[in-house]
Amino acid sequence: MPVPYTKLVIEHFKNPHNVGEIEDADVKVTEGSPACGDMLTLYLKVDPETHVITDVKFRSYGCASNIATGSIITDMVKGKTVDEAMKITWKDAAEALGGLPPVKVHCSVLAADALHSAVEIYMEKTGLVKEKQPTTIEKVFQKLSHVINPETGIDIVKSNLIKNISIKDGIIKIDLNIEPDSQFAENIKEEIIERLEFLWDVKEIQVNFMK
Amino acid sequence: MNKVIYLDNAATTPVDRRVLEKMLPFFSEKFANPATKWTSSLSKEVDDYIEEARENIANLLNADVEEIYFTSGGTESDNAAIKGIAWANRDKGSEIISTHIEHEAVLRPLETLARQGFTIKFVPVDSKGFVYPDEVKKLITKHTILISIMHANNEIGSIEAIEEIGKIARENGIYFHTDAVQTVGHVPVDVKAMNIDLLSLSAHKFYGPKGVGALFVRRDTNIAPFMEGGGQERGLRSGTLNSTGIVGLGEAAKIAKAEMAFNEERIRKIRDTLFESIQREIPEVYLNGAEGEKRLSGNLNFVIKGIRSEPLLTTMNERGIVIGGGSACSAGSKEPSHVLRAIAVPDDDLFSGIRMTIGKFNSEDEVMPIVINLKDAVKKLRDLSPFWMKGD
Repeated sequence: MPVPYTKLVIEHFKNPHNVGEIEDADVKVTEGSPACGDMLTLYLKVDPETHVITDVKFRSYGCASNIATGSIITDMVKGKTVDEAMKITWKDAAEALGGLPPVKVHCSVLAADALHSAVEIYMEKTGLVKEKQPTTIEKVFQKLSHVINPETGIDIVKSNLIKNISIKDGIIKIDLNIEPDSQFAENIKEEIIERLEFLWDVKEIQVNFMK
Repeated sequence: MNKVIYLDNAATTPVDRRVLEKMLPFFSEKFANPATKWTSSLSKEVDDYIEEARENIANLLNADVEEIYFTSGGTESDNAAIKGIAWANRDKGSEIISTHIEHEAVLRPLETLARQGFTIKFVPVDSKGFVYPDEVKKLITKHTILISIMHANNEIGSIEAIEEIGKIARENGIYFHTDAVQTVGHVPVDVKAMNIDLLSLSAHKFYGPKGVGALFVRRDTNIAPFMEGGGQERGLRSGTLNSTGIVGLGEAAKIAKAEMAFNEERIRKIRDTLFESIQREIPEVYLNGAEGEKRLSGNLNFVIKGIRSEPLLTTMNERGIVIGGGSACSAGSKEPSHVLRAIAVPDDDLFSGIRMTIGKFNSEDEVMPIVINLKDAVKKLRDLSPFWMKGD
């Protein structure tokens, strides 16, 4: 029966490629959360010599276009170098699918975001980052805007949960407006560390919960 | 292609054959404008049919014929009732009581009124979607002019205690409006016994055509006209009457009155069998809203843990099974259902709600194919989901 999707979107949605996990992945990254309606986890395996992406897999809790975009964008980056992968945009993926309805844009951007975050973290981890600029507070804020508060589905920057950030001698100190005994505290801390730990000049990340 | 299985009867229903037959002559044969009935026999004939339709609706609601006003449907009726009462009674007060689980056709006009200086107070609902009449009572002040609470919710099917709420309104001299779009034609409605002053209904929710409905307005109610012009519908709703639609609405009302009890019993059985099978076959499924008599017989709304409803609906559609998400009206939006939010469904599950609504054209034979396809689609999507633990 007709739906406002192209045939290709439906095909990728019905039989998505590259679904699953990579056990010895170099990077695993999650964007979104169930409470905001879409969530996508992406795994990346990269050849340490050539920096070519040898395997990529994903899992999605999202709408049909989110799943289809995850499927095609993982197809597109396989065999590409991380530099090339970084240049693939959501628009490229949407075009490869023959277009997506405008109301579905927000759900499909997540796949591209996850890819870019994963590649960025890989580059940080392996020291591939070309211009080694010192990590700034702005950079930390930008990274933390991908960390979602599971309780509300809104990221911790937008929901004003960050009380203070300081950077000194490679130590990032983050004070959060969250009760230490909140059931989400550990989860949020892990996410924060995953996002920041490979920045080249970061030695330690301290996350403090206070209310 | 196989026959489509349609499970979105709360969004709209197909027109009953008998209703269609009744309507057909009114397109080109009995086309006259009923407004000129005093001088034209063609018009008089059409007018007689319209009055017959009015009588059928009055009978269905236990209202008087002069209390029925034809409109373009539920949304118009809701707008007309709420704004019409608010604007006409502003000198008496500016407070209105409603709930967070109303349809958008009630909520949006209330927002407009709030911007115009009215105060809107919301009665809480419990986790099953029920309003407690005592809570309504607590919100009443000497400034309250209107209480608008739906008869049954379009998403979770909770049937509210409107008889008691109406009684409270009556005792306090406050107008009581109810959006009965989901109940008229399905559940007995008696505007006298239920103390209702204004009631919205829509034809296409009970096997009539789209684009036509009615507003019941109790005699001597102080309400502003909702469409100004040539003065049709006793000056409240101008505009040439949609005679074809109105005749269809009247016929649908007549059929509903005669067959409602039988249909609803059948529908309830199919619904219960369907949900029992779903729960038996699919793990981690839970019902939103209440069980039992205080739920619309055709309504099912449940959460399937771990997957979003949208891809599930798309998959089922591919297999010829049409299901609704939350409500049809907000299906295009990214916002989760305001009703599921109001009844405190956990945030993680807000995008995982499925609504199946059974109608009189569904049959018991459809249960099996629905469950088999649903089970398969759920398994596929859960295998895809990042937070669905395998083996659960």
